[in-house]
Amino acid sequence: MSRTIIPFGPQHPVLPEPLHLKLVVEDETIVEAIPALGYVHRGLETLASIRDYNQMVYIVERVCGICSCIHAMCYCQGLETMMNVEVPSRAKYLRVIWSELHRIHSHLLWLGLFADGFGFESLFMQFWKIRERVMDINEATAGNRVVISVNVVGGVRRDLDKTQQRWILDELDKLEKELRQLMKTMLDDYTVKKRTVGVGVLTAEQAIQLGAVGPTLRGSGVAQDARQLGYAAFDELDFEPVTSPEGDSWARSKVRFMETLQSMDIVRQAISRLPDTELAAKVPGKPTGEVVCRVEQPRGELLYYLKGNGSKNMERVRIRTPTFANIPPLLAMLPGAQLADVPIAALTIDPCISCTER
Amino acid sequence: MPTHSEILNATPIAADAVVAQARSMFDQGYRLVTMSVVDLGDGNVDIFYHYDLNNEMTHFRLTHPKDKPVPSISPVYFAALLVENESRDHFNLQFDGLVLDFNRTLYLDEEITSTISAPFCKISTIQKKD
Amino acid sequence: MGLLENWINKGRLKSPWVVHFDCGSCNGCDIEVLACLTPVFDVERFGIINVGNPKHADVLLVTGTVNHRNKKVLKNIYDQMPDPKAVIAIGACGTSGGVFRECYNVVGGVDQVIPVDVYVPGCPAKPDAIIDGVVTALDVVKAKLGLGEMPKVTVID
Ligand code: SF4
Repeated sequence: MSRTIIPFGPQHPVLPEPLHLKLVVEDETIVEAIPALGYVHRGLETLASIRDYNQMVYIVERVCGICSCIHAMCYCQGLETMMNVEVPSRAKYLRVIWSELHRIHSHLLWLGLFADGFGFESLFMQFWKIRERVMDINEATAGNRVVISVNVVGGVRRDLDKTQQRWILDELDKLEKELRQLMKTMLDDYTVKKRTVGVGVLTAEQAIQLGAVGPTLRGSGVAQDARQLGYAAFDELDFEPVTSPEGDSWARSKVRFMETLQSMDIVRQAISRLPDTELAAKVPGKPTGEVVCRVEQPRGELLYYLKGNGSKNMERVRIRTPTFANIPPLLAMLPGAQLADVPIAALTIDPCISCTER
Repeated sequence: MPTHSEILNATPIAADAVVAQARSMFDQGYRLVTMSVVDLGDGNVDIFYHYDLNNEMTHFRLTHPKDKPVPSISPVYFAALLVENESRDHFNLQFDGLVLDFNRTLYLDEEITSTISAPFCKISTIQKKD
Repeated sequence: MGLLENWINKGRLKSPWVVHFDCGSCNGCDIEVLACLTPVFDVERFGIINVGNPKHADVLLVTGTVNHRNKKVLKNIYDQMPDPKAVIAIGACGTSGGVFRECYNVVGGVDQVIPVDVYVPGCPAKPDAIIDGVVTALDVVKAKLGLGEMPKVTVID
C-alpha cells in the first residue's frame, strides 16, 4: 500500500504551541511519526554565562510560563544544596503551597485543552472558568497571574498572612465543588470515553524503557513521583502518587484529574501546618561544584544539572524538562493509531514545547 | 534514602564501555533520565548519563575529546535520540550509530549553524571584576 | 464608497477576527491570550473571534520572541492576511525580545520581521491589557481604511 506523509502542525488548532510531527500514514493508519522541533528554541541555557546566579532565577522561570514557579524552585533547591544553605521551614511550606497551586492551574488548563481536543468546547470553557480562581489566588498573593517569581535562592520573597490563608482555603473549597461537578462528564461520559479509552496505549514496561515521566508514566501504572523524594516540605506531608493501570489516554486524563484534587488537599495540609519562621536564609559566597536536582512538575519529573565555578555566573545550567522525556513515548504510541486519534494522543502527554526546546 | 538534589557523584566510564553499560542498565530496568553535556574548554567535553531506578539515581561521566565521535546509546535507549541530537546541535558532537540523525537541524537552522560556531553553551563577554 | 463596502467595513470594525501565533513564547503570554477567550474575560462579547486561518483574520496577535526558524512562518502568516491588517506584539518578548534577547537563536522583537502596530508590554501581559490592545488595533484598522485618525501613542498598563 502506498504511503503518504501528512504534516501535523506546527500550527494546529488543538495545539496552542508549535509542535510539528511528520506522520507517515497508510490509509488512515499511522506507520511512523517523525518529530520536527525548533520553532520555539531560544537557547536560554546560554544566558547562564552572562547573568549571575540570582538573575538566573528569573530566566529559568521563563523556560515555561505554565510551571514557572516549579522551575525556579528546582533551580533554587539545587543551588541551596551546592552552597549548603538551610532553607527556613516556613519558606519550604510556602514553596509547596505555590507550587501546588501551579499544578492545579496547569492541570485545569490541560483538562480544558484536552476537552477542546476531542471537540467538547463547553467543557473547555468550564475548566478554564474555574481555573481563574487559581489565577486570582496567584495574583492576590504574588502580584502576577502567571509568572509569580516568589522563589529566591535561600527561600521565598513573599508571605501569606492569616486573611490570605483563609481566603485561599475558601476559594479552594469552591473550586473543589465546581471541579467535582465536572468529574462525571470528564471521566464517565459515554462519548468522551469513546474518544479516549484505548487510544495511545503505553504499557508500564514501555513507559520505563522510553523514559516517560509524570502522568504519562503514572497513567501506565508506575507509582513514581519526584515528590516522593521529599523536596521542600513534601517529606512532612501526606501524599501518595496517583496511578491508573490502563495506560491509555483516559487513564492519563484520570491521573491528572485526581492529582488536581490531591494538590488541593496538599495545599490545605500545608496551610494548616505553616510554621512561623523567617522567609529566607542568607546565602554566603559563590556557587562551586556540580549538583543534580529533581522536582515534580505538572508534566512530570524535571531535572537540573548545575555546575558552578566559583564566580557569580554559573558554568553550566542544563535543564531536562518533562516533555522532552515524554516525546519518545509519544512517538512510540502513535504507530498503529488512526489519524483522527493523533491529536488526542499528542495532547495526553501534555506537550509543553517551550519547555522542550528552551 | 534517595534525595532530590545531590552533589553529583558520577562514576567515570570509558567511551568503549558506554553502550555495554547502557545495555546492562536497560536490562536491569533502569530508566534513562537524560544526558548532560558540559564543555570543559580544553577541547574535551564531559558527558553525563543519568539513570534512575525507583527514584534512585546513578550517574556516569564520560570525558571525551570534542572532535571524536561518541558511541550513541540510542539503539539501546530510543529516548536518547532527542538528547543526542540536541548535543549535536549545541556542541557539534558526532554520534556513532544515532538512530535518527537530524544533522544539526533539530533546533537550529542552517543559517545559524553556519554563522556561529559551536559550542553554544557560552556567550563570551568581558566580565567586570567584582 | 459603495453600500457593500460600507457594510463590510462596519463588520470589520465591529467584529474583528484575530489569529494568534505563538512565536517562541514561554507560554506565559499564550495562556493569557487563551484566557481572554474563556468565560471570565470573554472577548467574544465584543465580537472578537479567534480563528485558525490567517486568511480570515484582521488582527494578528503575536506572542514571544522571533527566532531563526519561525521568522519565515511569521512572515508567511502576515503575508497571507488580507489588507487592512493590524499586528499586535504581546509581552516583553514580542516587543523587544524580553529576557531572551541576548540568546543566540533569537532575532529580537516581532518588529524585526513584520511591521507592528500595537505593543502590549508585560511579562506576561494581562488579559485586560491584551483586550485593550485589540481595541486599540481596531482604531489602527479604521485609520488604514481611511475612516478615522491613527491613534496617538498610548501606554497600556
Ligand atoms: S513576555 Fe514573559 S511571559 Fe510573555 S512569552 Fe515572554 S517571557 Fe513569557
